[in-house]
Amino acid sequence: MAAEKIELTQKDRLSVAWRSQFLQGSWNYERMQNVGWAYAMIPAIKKLYKSKEDRASALKRHLEFFNTHPYVASPIIGVTLALEEERANGAPIDDTAIQGVKVGMMGPLAGIGDPVFWFTVRPILGALGASLAMSGNILGPILFFVLWNVIRMAFLWYTQEFGYKAGSAITQDLSGGLLKDITKGASILGMFILAVLVERWVSIKFVLELPAKKLAKGAYINFPNGPVSGEQLQKILGEQASGLSLTKVVPNTLQANLDSLIPGLMGLLLTFLAMWLLKKKVSPIVMIIGIFIFGIAMHAFHIM
Amino acid sequence: MSTIAIILVVIIAFFAGLEGILDQFQIHQPLVSATLIGLVTGHLTAGIILGGTLQMIALGWANIGAAVAPDVALASVASSIIMVKGGDFSGTGISVAVATAIPLAVAGLFLTMVVRTIAVGLTHGADAAAKEGKFRTIETLHLFGLLLQGLRIAIPAAILIAVPAAAVKSALTSMPEWLTGGMAIGGGMVVAVGYALVINMMATREVWPFFAIGFALAAVSQLTLIALGAIGFAIALIYINLSKMGGNGGGSNGGGSNGGNDPVGDILNEY
Repeated sequence: MAAEKIELTQKDRLSVAWRSQFLQGSWNYERMQNVGWAYAMIPAIKKLYKSKEDRASALKRHLEFFNTHPYVASPIIGVTLALEEERANGAPIDDTAIQGVKVGMMGPLAGIGDPVFWFTVRPILGALGASLAMSGNILGPILFFVLWNVIRMAFLWYTQEFGYKAGSAITQDLSGGLLKDITKGASILGMFILAVLVERWVSIKFVLELPAKKLAKGAYINFPNGPVSGEQLQKILGEQASGLSLTKVVPNTLQANLDSLIPGLMGLLLTFLAMWLLKKKVSPIVMIIGIFIFGIAMHAFHIM
Repeated sequence: MSTIAIILVVIIAFFAGLEGILDQFQIHQPLVSATLIGLVTGHLTAGIILGGTLQMIALGWANIGAAVAPDVALASVASSIIMVKGGDFSGTGISVAVATAIPLAVAGLFLTMVVRTIAVGLTHGADAAAKEGKFRTIETLHLFGLLLQGLRIAIPAAILIAVPAAAVKSALTSMPEWLTGGMAIGGGMVVAVGYALVINMMATREVWPFFAIGFALAAVSQLTLIALGAIGFAIALIYINLSKMGGNGGGSNGGGSNGGNDPVGDILNEY
């Protein structure tokens, strides 16, 4: 055992954090993120192990199967760094223990990373940016890009440090209260924003005309035949100001009727239909193609 | 397009390909890549609008478990190139570019699968290098895999650029109105699929009421997205805090330090 303790400096850990961004670079169907994981660990392995045998066995154990959400890999990397450091200093930590920590953490953490990043933060920032961008505002893409990367980089670095400092204790902490609150809060905000997006951005407009509505006597202005005297004109203008219709019939569209229930209703129903089909294992790609065909057909028949 | 613009577009496509797998900087998201392609080809505003339009469709696209989403990197790059070559930067031109890019995005899935299969070979190369403790070799293999992912988008982009602009333009203009108009209508509806994917992931009995509140408030058109975001954030905070108080308060205050809180208890106490 070495007399001096080998330690990973902040520089080493920063180098690992930088490399962890390339985790998915050689994603493959056999062991998924394994090469990327080993790639991220290389600076630490170089620092901790000096003999060829030690290095070879370290590389081998970090080329095992690994797959999780690319951002929540960071706390797992942190914990693994702590374990490897102790092992290099002579602590009896075997390959199974390290592999066990990796596998034990990747499942539950992926279950947090996917809904929080892909299904809450990205849709919200994306919708915010897109709604600005759709009017040609350059702030849309800039806001999206900057905010996302600030959040992401802070998350990668601080959770890796947290994992490194907490060592294996992190596994217990993650099932604790704070994280539960964050996940719940994210899904509440997520559902709220999604409903907004469905209402605002799923656009279904019917152009179909329904038979025009005949108005009852007194609901429209009764224009006199022939020349109009000043007095009559005054009466007509007064009637118009009080909101009477100019014609005996008003055009009546399907869309106006639907909007009087609540705007966005058809979009909501379409979303529910898509959710139901997804649960029935219909591929989203089939649905996307189907919707385009449906749109073309409805347009051809002048319904939409 | 000028030679410089072509080179820049291919480089952007390459980075979009890298990001399509890494998923870090989000350069492959339509909002960013379409804006960049718009910038280098001199159609910045149209690029931004295209990016925003496609972003709305692609919001929920993420590869989770068995659900495979279309390749967003290829969709953004291809639609931007189609728009620039088609030369129609109006709303119709943009929505047609988006709609024609979606089948390409679906085809892009196949390319992703090819690269991910080739990468299995890289893993075995890395195993061999690990036995010798060769760090450099593992790093090279890993970055080679990444390179392939970049080419996955850069090569189709280069092919699209190589197709004469006149051909793209005439293909786009020869499309009848019922087709382009219909695709635009389809594009308005197709966003629902993305949202449905996300909702299915998050929905629980507990959070459905927040969906209802959001839907009703969204109909108030004066509220901007930022305002609605603030409301949603506040509601989430309030709910979490209240549910904690409910948990603790029920036990400690139940006895009625504040008599008014528990009328039934007060009545029972009197007897």
